Amino acid sequence: MSGIEIRNLSYQYPTGSEKVLDDLNLTIESGKFYALAGVNGGGKTTLCNVIRGFIPHFFKGERTGEVLIDGKDVQDWDPSDLAQKVGFVFQNPFTQISGVKETVFDEIAFGLENLGVEVDVIRQKVQDIIQLLGIEYIQNKNPNELSGGQKQRVALASIIVMEPDILIFDEPTSQLDPQGTEEIFRVIDIMKKKGKTIILVEHKIELIAEYADYVIVLQDGQIKKQGRTEEVLSEEDTQDYGLGLTQYTLLDLEMRKHKMHTERVPITERDSVQVMKQWIELQGVKS
Amino acid sequence: MSYLTLNDVTYCYPNGFKAVENVSMSFEKGESVAIVGQNGAGKTTTVKMMNGLTKPTQGDVIIDGLNTKDYTTAQISKKVGYVFQNPDDQIFHENVKSEIRFGPKNLGFSEQKIEENVTKAAELTGIVSFLDIHPYNLPYSMKKFVTIASVIAMDTDTIILDEPTAGQDSQAIKRLGYIIDSLVQEGKTIITITHDMEFVVNNFERVIVMANKRVVEDNHKQDIFWNLGVLEEAMLKQPHISRLCNTLNFNEKVLDINQMIDVLKKTSGKVKVTL
Repeated sequence: MSGIEIRNLSYQYPTGSEKVLDDLNLTIESGKFYALAGVNGGGKTTLCNVIRGFIPHFFKGERTGEVLIDGKDVQDWDPSDLAQKVGFVFQNPFTQISGVKETVFDEIAFGLENLGVEVDVIRQKVQDIIQLLGIEYIQNKNPNELSGGQKQRVALASIIVMEPDILIFDEPTSQLDPQGTEEIFRVIDIMKKKGKTIILVEHKIELIAEYADYVIVLQDGQIKKQGRTEEVLSEEDTQDYGLGLTQYTLLDLEMRKHKMHTERVPITERDSVQVMKQWIELQGVKS
Repeated sequence: MSYLTLNDVTYCYPNGFKAVENVSMSFEKGESVAIVGQNGAGKTTTVKMMNGLTKPTQGDVIIDGLNTKDYTTAQISKKVGYVFQNPDDQIFHENVKSEIRFGPKNLGFSEQKIEENVTKAAELTGIVSFLDIHPYNLPYSMKKFVTIASVIAMDTDTIILDEPTAGQDSQAIKRLGYIIDSLVQEGKTIITITHDMEFVVNNFERVIVMANKRVVEDNHKQDIFWNLGVLEEAMLKQPHISRLCNTLNFNEKVLDINQMIDVLKKTSGKVKVTL
């Protein structure tokens, strides 16, 4: 399984006048789940583009420093090998759908076809993914006729069906309702349990808190904060970098301002229920 | 008679698919209303009928006394502005400024009025520094603010925002709240589709819940978010703090952190009294 080593990475788009990524250093451990968060325009998507090799293979511009996957810089990877190594689900599903396939089933099969996988194997894999995502009801529909949320599910399916070691999801739930969002996170969690390395760009902080191992906060092309999810998301100053805290954390911080001190700052619902119960009990004892 | 009324409206696509069935709702001037519900519940189809982009196949949509069936989309669009879910569906100019100018220019406003509206819209949406940039060079989230500005510049009485919170960071979501507030202060009607229940709690009073092509509830947010049956039917969840309050068995219908703090203060007081 694959980790990523980033050293002194800087990048400037050909048409831009400023560095979008500015001397980044980052180690992504294999098999862990990283959330990339922070203010829009901070460099999250650009960093994903670098890891996936779209920079500099597709977008030109000046990239300096090193981005190593399995010890080899992504610039030196063969593009088709890299495509099998790193899967990328785009932010906007409208740009991911190929536009050349007539049905959702064929759309999801497209990547595997390009890799030259045997037809029977493709059929089985596509069926499995369709089932995993619960999108049987749209498998014969034309991808262009889907709603935003449905397209987002199809875009996700078309990537995870290829089973890359590293999966990058750029806001995979932006068009989804709360239930659809949770379904997607469950699928990402399944990928994690399969040992995949996950890099997720996401604003829905409650879900980052629930699922991610580490949080990396980017602003102005620099890493402003990074650490274990429970650390980064329980610190008040994280908000200075365009990343909100969960409602559970905000409640706890507000309680402290009103002299109601809990034992620790929770970040998830489960955590919060536990901490609050403890606090309530303690209140009773003290009084 | 309300300013904007949907009267028993059904929309059926040419291929026979019914996206909305027997929907009725009405809005007053200066009201801000959130529409929530699952993907495919009929929310976008419903709001598209409000600005005449689509006409109901059954029932009537009446805006400021005009039945949309009797007027062109261009005529109706003077009354109701619609910000698309996908900004790429809406953007087509070479720089942000001409993008925002397009709407008011088309409505035949004077040059002075166009400039005024553009400036105001750009300031309100916080995109003044991007006016000379090509919209396609902006990130998705900023593009969305460009499309919001271009609708605000048309100065319509009603503005519909289709999932403005999608893909936005926490600062942008605060900005959206500020934009909605300012427009409502001016007496505009704001109708917003969103999946973000915290955004609804913070910025709206009235909430319409749609499920399976119909309206299942239209009420004050407090009644919506504590009506667990309705939420279940629409596959929605309570706001986080409401759910926590519910799990902890506080007998109060809180929606946000401030309300929760009040309940906690009361509760810890009560414990002291009983002991």
